[in-house]
Amino acid sequence: MRKTRAVELGTGLFALLGIGALFFLTTQATGGDDFAARQVYVVKARFDNVGSLKPRAPVSMAGVTIGRVTRIEFDPKLLNAVVTLSIDSRYATIPDDSDASVLTAGLLGSQYIGLQAGGSDTYLENGSEIMFTQSAVVLENLIGKFLVGGGSSKD
Amino acid sequence: MFRETYILLKEFVRTFGALTIFLIDLLILTPSVLFRRFRLVVDQVYNAGALSLVIIMVCGLFVGGVLALQGYANLTRFGAEDAVGVFAGFALIKELGPVITALLFAGRAGTSLASEIGLMKATDQLSAMEMMAVDPIRRVVMPRFLGGVIAMPLLVAIFSMVGLLGAHLVGVSLLKIDVGAFWQQMQNSLDLRDVTEGILKSIVFGFIASLLAVWEGYNSIPTAEGVSRATTRTVVTTAVAVLITDFMITAAFLRN
Repeated sequence: MRKTRAVELGTGLFALLGIGALFFLTTQATGGDDFAARQVYVVKARFDNVGSLKPRAPVSMAGVTIGRVTRIEFDPKLLNAVVTLSIDSRYATIPDDSDASVLTAGLLGSQYIGLQAGGSDTYLENGSEIMFTQSAVVLENLIGKFLVGGGSSKD
Repeated sequence: MFRETYILLKEFVRTFGALTIFLIDLLILTPSVLFRRFRLVVDQVYNAGALSLVIIMVCGLFVGGVLALQGYANLTRFGAEDAVGVFAGFALIKELGPVITALLFAGRAGTSLASEIGLMKATDQLSAMEMMAVDPIRRVVMPRFLGGVIAMPLLVAIFSMVGLLGAHLVGVSLLKIDVGAFWQQMQNSLDLRDVTEGILKSIVFGFIASLLAVWEGYNSIPTAEGVSRATTRTVVTTAVAVLITDFMITAAFLRN
């Protein structure tokens, strides 16, 4: 009888500890998606070049993450990229002439969408499109321009 | 030369086939054993899991600590020592947690399963059971197999958690990395998907380690030498199988 009790106690301790650890890993070690459960509204923006922007990249305004990129598609008619942004409904007062640009976090960081507020009185709403956009800066093009430009000025 | 290779290859394929059939047999028996002989399964969860707790926790603590040290040593070169948390988190949850736990499990529990079943076979206990119309697969092999399968994911989770704790101890308390940066950066870069990968690996490794242990024990040559060889082979085959499967799962989970 004593031995069974010890086995039960040990097994119970082990199982509880294991389940606790699983819970810890899934909730504490991961950030999860800040916007998954909340209400969002969807906005589109067209870019000539999105660089290496990926779905789930943050959409930030004034340095604060206010949404996520949900979809990146190529428009075969206009030959540019259509990026779908989901923005938290709490931030429903973004002027509709705001401009969106593809930015890079730090020198080697991942790319995200940065919104710069405009001055309009009407706001972005579900389904609207951001008119003013700025493409990603492709480092190779920049270096190419710099090299060519530097060479020609010396001549 | 070619002939030998051919025979070796054929033997490998045959063993693999026999192992697959053995696994399917075990899986078919799983529901009935789980319901009718649950008590035996619990005993084996205790044997394989609860008794491995100490070794798993101590190893996890030190692996986490070493990750923090190594990460710190290399990341300071780029001025990115805040990323130690990310580094340790990714390494532990996705790779080292499942793999090292599986290897420790093979050494701590797998060997004891194989030698126990092998010895039972060598001392004719399994045949005696058959004489009494008790199926040794149901009575002896299945509870041990299921015990390992249940214990492994829990052990892996404990290992990863204690490992993160070790990384925290070394990184934050010893190397003075900012606590906020350590956890915040880890939480930002780790997704549920990464944890899922770790959990999936732990489940698969649990099946592999337990299956190979009971298989080697059950098919051992019933002599002292045969049992010792089965024990050794358990560790070797489990290690190889776990590392190969680990590569395949990682490749499958690679983004894009």
